[in-house]
Amino acid sequence: MEEVLFFLAAIGTLGGAIGVVAMRNPFYGVLALVIHLFSLAVLFLLLTAAFLAAAQVVVYAGAIVVLYVFVAAYVGGDTESAWEPIPGQRFLASLLGIALFVELAIAVLASALRALGTDGPDVAAGFGDPAAIGSLLLEKFLIPFEASSILLMLAAVGAVVLASRRGGSAEGAGGSPERFAREAPGAPAGGQGVGAPSERFAREEPGPRGDSGTTLHRRVASEEGGPGAWPHQTP
Amino acid sequence: MSVEWYIVLSALLFAIGALGILLRRSPIVILLCLELMLNAGNLALIAFSRMVGNEEGQVFALVVMVVAACEVVVGLGLIVAIFRRRLPLDVDELRELRG
Repeated sequence: MEEVLFFLAAIGTLGGAIGVVAMRNPFYGVLALVIHLFSLAVLFLLLTAAFLAAAQVVVYAGAIVVLYVFVAAYVGGDTESAWEPIPGQRFLASLLGIALFVELAIAVLASALRALGTDGPDVAAGFGDPAAIGSLLLEKFLIPFEASSILLMLAAVGAVVLASRRGGSAEGAGGSPERFAREAPGAPAGGQGVGAPSERFAREEPGPRGDSGTTLHRRVASEEGGPGAWPHQTP
Repeated sequence: MSVEWYIVLSALLFAIGALGILLRRSPIVILLCLELMLNAGNLALIAFSRMVGNEEGQVFALVVMVVAACEVVVGLGLIVAIFRRRLPLDVDELRELRG
């Protein structure tokens, strides 16, 4: 039974990984990653790491993959061109990948770790469950635990700064024709977007013309910021 | 199943991830391949923790998961910023930082 599960999960992980590398559209690559992650959670369960299997499903499939899906959908699934900037890149990359695997396999199989060929020692029933991991995290590994929480907070702040409107389009707003082409002809010039908040809210309401399309365009234009509008807007 | 199988599988997954980073040019796919490599490392850590019969390796794997989450958040933020500036999403054309 364990062997059957192992081989099924191993096929899942390998198939998912190959799918990530081979799919031309990044969106399908993300979906292949989901298969990979779920199969990997099964492998973690086989290794009696129950808490990590749950964390894998919750953190990766629940949070990270959703983030990937959103960004892949936002950026759009443009496929890569077949153009090779370095001649023979595919061939060389495959060669290096295979060489890396052979090297790692030699390192594993020729290692002096005797226990590598065994199933590992018999463990108690609570091995790897949340209670055991939690007590380890809060007693022995308290400082790494706190450091990782600080790291997570820094990453969240960094992501907000990177993806915010000011950080993201500060220079792009200056000279890109597409951005200006999206503004409706009746929209006010971007320089007026700096006005008082009451003015901005007033412009979002349907105008006397009742032309909701123009209003929407104007709203988009004023939110995205014309030239000079961006430094004063709060993200 | 002996621990060897898991380690060899993790080596294979790591090699596939490295191959993807060498082959692909879309930054999103490169981040996905980085995930593959980190997960391969996680699998090896947990397999070794089972081999030793000690849960400390699983704590390491948890920390690796945290690092992976941070890397994804910052990387995807960068991708969104690149997209907003209407630069090409291709690592071969984003070479302004190269001397």
